[in-house]
Parts: sequence; C-alpha cells; structure tokens
Amino acid sequence: MILSLLISNKIEIQHLDLFYGAKQALKSVSLSIPEKSVVALIGPSGCGKSTLLRSINRMHDLDPKVRLDGEILLDGHNILHGNTNLNKLRRRVGMVFQKPNPFPKSIYDNVAYGLEVNGIHDKTRIRAAVEESIRESYLWDEVKNDLDKPALDLSGGQQQRLCIARAIAVEPEVILMDEPCSALDPISTAKIEALILRLKERFTIVIVTHNMQQAQRVADFTAFMYLGELIEFGRTSAIFEQPNQELTRNYVSGHFG
Amino acid sequence: MRWLFLCAVLVFLLCCFVFWDIASKGFGVVSLEFLLTSPRKGMTEGGIFPAIVGTIYVSLVTAVFVIPFGVATAIYLSEYARDTWVTRLIRAAIRNLAGVPSIIYGLFGVAIFVDGLGMGPSLLASGLTLGLLTLPYVVAAGEEALRHVPGSYREGALALGATHWQSIRTVVLPVATPGIVTGVLLGLSRAAGETAPILFTGVAFYLRYVPSSVWDEFMALPYHLFILATQHHAIHQVRPLAYGTALVLLGFVFSLNLMAFWVRKKYSVYGQQ
Ligand SMILES: Nc1ncnc2c1ncn2[C@@H]1O[C@H](COP(=O)(O)OP(=O)(O)OP(=O)(O)O)[C@@H](O)[C@H]1O
Ligand SMILES: [Mg+2]
Repeated sequence: MILSLLISNKIEIQHLDLFYGAKQALKSVSLSIPEKSVVALIGPSGCGKSTLLRSINRMHDLDPKVRLDGEILLDGHNILHGNTNLNKLRRRVGMVFQKPNPFPKSIYDNVAYGLEVNGIHDKTRIRAAVEESIRESYLWDEVKNDLDKPALDLSGGQQQRLCIARAIAVEPEVILMDEPCSALDPISTAKIEALILRLKERFTIVIVTHNMQQAQRVADFTAFMYLGELIEFGRTSAIFEQPNQELTRNYVSGHFG
Repeated sequence: MRWLFLCAVLVFLLCCFVFWDIASKGFGVVSLEFLLTSPRKGMTEGGIFPAIVGTIYVSLVTAVFVIPFGVATAIYLSEYARDTWVTRLIRAAIRNLAGVPSIIYGLFGVAIFVDGLGMGPSLLASGLTLGLLTLPYVVAAGEEALRHVPGSYREGALALGATHWQSIRTVVLPVATPGIVTGVLLGLSRAAGETAPILFTGVAFYLRYVPSSVWDEFMALPYHLFILATQHHAIHQVRPLAYGTALVLLGFVFSLNLMAFWVRKKYSVYGQQ
C-alpha cells in the first residue's frame, strides 16, 4: 500500500487468528497502524474489537483457553513470539480499560505504581513523573492538593483520566483504549477526547469505540470489523464518507450495530 | 412461614439462655484477682492466670504457624494453580481436613510432633496441632478473599508491566488482607476453645508458673474448665470457678470474633469497584 510507504508503521498485524477454545473470534485480521496516529476500531457488539485490542499487549496470556496464530509486529519484532518479555512489552504498550480501574491506593501511588514495578525507585524522579503525567492528563488542577487521598473517591471521569495518567507515566509507545468513555458523562468524554488528540503527538493510540462521532472526532484511521473479520480499514474520512464495502456503509450510517 | 420464624426465635432464645446462664453464674467470680492469680489449694481457690496466659500463648504459636502456611497455600491455589486433577485433589483434601474430628488431630499431634519429631508435650507441639486444625479455615478464607479481588485490579497492574508476583504482592494481597485476617481470627477463635488437640500434646493439669519457652507445658482455659467441671475431687465446691472460667473463655473467643467483624467492616474495600 502507498500508505505504508509514506508513513512508518508502529504496529503491523498479519493474518491474526484467535480462538477462544473452539470458537474463532478473529479471522485472519491484517492491519497496519502508523506511528503517532489514532486508530479507531469500530463494529457491532461481539465482532472482536476488544479481542483484537487485547492481543496487542498480550492480555490474552491470562486465559489458558486462548490460542493465537499469525503475527503482530511492534517496530518490526513479532510480539507473539514465545520469548517476548511480557513485562517489557506491556510497559511499551499501555492500556486503558472500559471501566475506570484505579487501584485502591492514593492518587499519587496509582500513578507511581507503574514506575515502581518497572524498577524505578528514585523518589525525586517518581515525583516529577507523577506530576507531569497528571498534568498531561488534564487532571492536575483538580487533584493537586489531594494527591494522598484515595483514588476511589474521585468521580468516574477523573478516575479515567487518572488511569490515563497512570498509563502514560511509564512512557509507553502505544496506548490501547477499550471504550474509555463508555461509562462517562458528555463533559468527561469531551475532556478525554481532547486529551487523546494531544497525546497522539507522543504516542500511537488504538481506541475501541461504539460512538461514531467520537471516532470521527479523534481518529486519523478507522478499522471496521464484523464477525471477527476486518472488513475495511482506511482514513477515517474515507470510511465514513466513501466506504468501499456495502457492510461498512450500512454500519456507519446506522443501519445496524 | 410463621413456624419458621418461631424456630429462628427459639434458636436465638436458646443462645441467649446459654449465655445468660454462664454469665450470671460466672460473673460473681470474675474479678481482677481471679484473672491475675494462680489457682491455690488444689484449685479450690485462687484464679486462672496461667490458663489465660497459656491459651494466649498457644494461640500465638498457632497463628505464627498457620498464617504463613495458610496464606501461602491460598495464594498458590487461587493465583497460580491451574485447574488440574492434582489441584482439585489438594482442594478436596483441605476441605475434608475441616471435617476431621479434633480428637484425631490430637492423636496425630502426639504421633508426629510429640513423639515423631521429639518435641515432647509442649506449647510448640500443641500450637502446631492446633495450627493443623485451623489450616483449612485459613486456606478457605484466604482463597475466598483472593477470589473476591476484582479482576480489573489484576489486569490494571499487569497492563503497567507488573509481573504476576508483583501484581499479587502490591495490589491483590492488600485488597484481600481484611478477608484473610478475618479468616485467621475466626480460625484462631475456634482453636482457642479446643481441648482434644492439646490434651495429649502439651496442656497440663496444674502449673504454678506460666511457660517461659515453647518447649514448656502450659495450662489452657478449655482444659482447665474440663478439669473443674468433671475431674475435680470437689466438683460442687469449684462449680462457681468453672463458670468463671467458662465466662472468661467465652469472652476471649468473643473478642476474637468481634475483632474479625471489626476488621471486615473497617477495611473492606469490596463493592467499591
Ligand atoms: N473470554 C472469552 N471466552 C470465550 N469467548 C469470548 C471471550 N471473550 C470474548 N469472547 C467472544 O469473542 C467474540 C468477540 O468478543 P469481543 O469482546 O472482542 O467483542 P467486542 O467487539 O469487543 O464487543 P463489545 O462491543 O460488546 O465490547 C464474542 O463473540 C465473544 O462472545
Ligand atoms: Mg469490547
């Protein structure tokens, strides 16, 4: 593709099959994700968006019934290879979950957590990174006096921004987001969308969303999935305005899903 | 439905009656002197200090043994073990252990700790025997507490690059701790009231002094009560002392239960996610 000649790809997924036991959830999915861009994964419920997303940081390793075939190249190296160091991989590929999941610790400790488990113990360095990540996540002014308060006392939207701060504190290269706004009100959603647009200057972002407007607002590229297959992938404007596939047209115009 | 309710009321009243009976007959005996002095004149006078201290000591030995082993087993079963027939066998064995009559533990303790390992009758042998008795409770409570830790915490930790063990140590265990502590306290409260497991393994009929090391024999509340109530040469004369001892034992067990309740209430973070 011309696209891949012009822009270097951070992630290349090649012929990825994924089985939950006997059930195939991904069918030969191939997808190239350019560096420092936002890619939206859309499609009806159960089509495999979360499954694909969780393959990229090997979250499926927790589930013994999952089997993967194919390749996922991160900077050209196949992360599905058996000798991949999962801890290093997950430090490079961060994740923000659908339901905000801060730890039952203080706000400060939540953001410091990733640094500590990755072997950083220099207190001044941690303090600086915590502050910077919280600022980056547009949360600083709301929590700067409460850093030692429990994170679970924050509102849902604040918790989700804290989870983003927690993810970027370890300076990942890629951030995976699985419907990060689906549990949030419109104002919190707008804040997180603004945040995503800023973060893409530094990170490659893959976001699952059910919200078509959101995909159009934040994503440079959009992938439409259906029943475990990748139906169409391209620039977001192309997917929404002139899709090549009948299925895509029906989905983005709201005929099903 | 009404007769079900009446049954419940009846059971409740029975409990109240038992408690009232012991409390009313024991209350007059329990004084600071009773709590802080040794028995005198063939146990017809004096207090129960060595028995109180012995029960506390043996509970401590039990705790020191059962906490690390029980918690480690619970962590292994809940966080590491795959669901194979071996782990199912281990689980079934532990569950069955909870149903073994306590006198069997006593015999086992004699065979293994007192004779087999040459500990002789001692605090240590009794504590370990009670530890075995408590183990299934602690393992079950630990597994239960660990299972209740939301998966989203584990995923959150792993997604930041934590190793499996790091995620357990820094996120899962702290969240599970109140549940584990509750299980330990309830297990200990059961152990504190047992007579059979300590009977042959270290408890003594009468000692003037409190034990000074884990190799010493000791007095204990439940055994002392057993002696006063059934084995004494002047049973009627010492009846009030028996009730006093019963009340103190009840108080000890009660406060362990109360502590368990308090820990669960105060530190519970379940349901916040
Ligand atoms: N742990 C699992 N075990 C078995 N099957 C699963 C598991 N997780 C997902 N599936 C199945 O795989 C398919 C894809 O699921 P997935 O969660 O990836 O869909 P999704 O596109 O994210 O849906 P949604 O929009 O509802 O989040 C579904 O058919 C689902 O039932
Ligand atoms: Mg999903």
